[in-house]
Amino acid sequence: MSVSVETRDVSITFGAGPAAVRVLPGVSFSVSPGECFGLVGESGSGKSTVLRCISMLTDIWTGDILIDGKSVRAMPLIERCRMVQMVFQDPYGSLHPRQSVRTVLNEPLAIHKLGNREERMRKAITDVGLPLSFLDRFPHQLSGGQRQRVAIARALILEPSLLLLDEPTSALDVSVQAEILNLLQRLREERGFTYIMVTHDLAVVDHMCDRFAVMLHGEITEVLPRDAIPANGATHPYARELIGASLEYENAH
Amino acid sequence: MEKPILEVDNLRIRYGGASTEAVRGVTFTLGRERLGIVGESGSGKSTVGRALLRLLPGATITADTLRFGDRELLTLSEREMLKVRGRHMSMILQDPKFSLNPIRRVGDQVAETYLRHFRCSKTEARDKALAMLEAVKIRDPKRVYQQYPHEISGGMGQRVMIAMMLLADPDLVIADEPTSALDVTVRLQVLNILDGLVRDRGIGLIMISHDLNLVRNFCDRVLIMYAGRVVETLAARDLDRAEHPYTRGLLAAQPKIGGGRAPLAVLDRQPEWLEEKA
Ligand SMILES: Nc1ncnc2c1ncn2[C@@H]1O[C@H](COP(=O)(O)OP(=O)(O)OP(=O)(O)O)[C@@H](O)[C@H]1O
Ligand SMILES: Nc1ncnc2c1ncn2[C@@H]1O[C@H](COP(=O)(O)OP(=O)(O)OP(=O)(O)O)[C@@H](O)[C@H]1O
Ligand SMILES: [Mg+2]
Ligand SMILES: [Mg+2]
Repeated sequence: MSVSVETRDVSITFGAGPAAVRVLPGVSFSVSPGECFGLVGESGSGKSTVLRCISMLTDIWTGDILIDGKSVRAMPLIERCRMVQMVFQDPYGSLHPRQSVRTVLNEPLAIHKLGNREERMRKAITDVGLPLSFLDRFPHQLSGGQRQRVAIARALILEPSLLLLDEPTSALDVSVQAEILNLLQRLREERGFTYIMVTHDLAVVDHMCDRFAVMLHGEITEVLPRDAIPANGATHPYARELIGASLEYENAH
Repeated sequence: MEKPILEVDNLRIRYGGASTEAVRGVTFTLGRERLGIVGESGSGKSTVGRALLRLLPGATITADTLRFGDRELLTLSEREMLKVRGRHMSMILQDPKFSLNPIRRVGDQVAETYLRHFRCSKTEARDKALAMLEAVKIRDPKRVYQQYPHEISGGMGQRVMIAMMLLADPDLVIADEPTSALDVTVRLQVLNILDGLVRDRGIGLIMISHDLNLVRNFCDRVLIMYAGRVVETLAARDLDRAEHPYTRGLLAAQPKIGGGRAPLAVLDRQPEWLEEKA
């Protein structure tokens, strides 16, 4: 089942008193069912924060976030976890150091009382291109890219309708990246998953996304279709600069 | 020829309890240049970097030569190694937030690097740290100085690590994916800073990266690693003329702007790649 996402005037402030900083002044965008929506923009502009709000990792935001028309705040935790999963930017921080890969993958299956656990775990680990022997490893025994693949496997194992991907492939070599992107693309076609994907690589946006938002300083400057990338069809000056720099970065010799 | 900064000959590394070596006979030299290391995820790139700093507890490291300037790294005592680490040889780690102390303000941690290596007052170190955060293009450095690691973004974490490294003013920098979380505009600015160090100060720079555009445009030479070995060494500008099938596969797997939506090419990894040598 495909789900839509709607964020309306989402705003978040960290800290209190004179030190308070409003990180998102009011972000609104909508994502159609089965769409892959990109979030790009300045480092520190609030991309990860937007994903954290949608997944309710933080709940100090104001505004509305609706998944399939239902407010994420009103959704019971267990339902929300089946609906939304997130792959974090920082795979080290998101894996518990004392849990083996098997434990990491088994936990969500146990919580949601799913059957065929061993088979599901094997499938998930194979899907991300790791050998089955890795089920018995601990995070510190994995390379950066291997940890990221475990994090992707964990997010996929519950087959969520909405996947929030925070730079899912920036720690992977391009051949493994290609395998993961192909897998994500296939899952989208077969099961209608909806993705919101943060990345700094506009070639990945062009390959994966239908539309993307360009963020600067907590605000969305512009939402563009993917066709706007090759000929730099942005109108906002920052979005133009970013796309221009990416085109140059890719072609410079 | 000028004396190299680093000479590595037949470096082998085995993690404690592992049945095979993670690094199997890596050989290269580094002058005052920008050397890129590209390779498969899990091929041993970070392991090589950490071995140079001898930051691999429980692992067995052997080499015919592992020389940094006049120092034979494998024979140094831990005390001598402490002096080398940070001050003369510095590594920007792949997981910036993980390598920072989670319960201390990031700015204080940056200032501390300076205090550890140079004699100065706390205020002076603080000013240096703030100036360096600004130099790596962090917006609002005063605020970021006061933040804890979990409060900063991924790209800010990478720049904090770079600021720490810059303050120590080392002769050799090993940068493990230093700019992967930065937007392209900031990335170019940070690369310019690193470039300046090689050009003006004559340091050696090892750049571990998955970003083929980056190594092609920014490095002088590239080593390609696969399963613990160097399978190919190229001038960076000749990257597109690589011959090893792994490297060719990488180039083919890269998505390109305007490249269409067909599934990306994936590698058909061959068992013989494990054994052949560069
Ligand atoms: N818990 C927190 N407390 C205070 N400030 C925070 C907190 N979390 C995030 N911020 C601030 O919010 C801003 C946005 O951070 P965020 O991680 O969303 O950026 P980002 O766009 O994902 O950047 P990057 O591309 O570098 O990962 C940053 O200035 C950061 O310092
Ligand atoms: N502490 C450890 N114990 C056992 N094996 C380890 C340990 N650390 C790393 N490894 C293994 O050693 C190999 C090399 O890891 P390394 O981190 O050097 O890879 P890498 O080339 O940096 O990969 P990536 O691009 O994914 O970061 C990997 O297969 C990894 O699983
Ligand atoms: Mg982020
Ligand atoms: Mg690594």
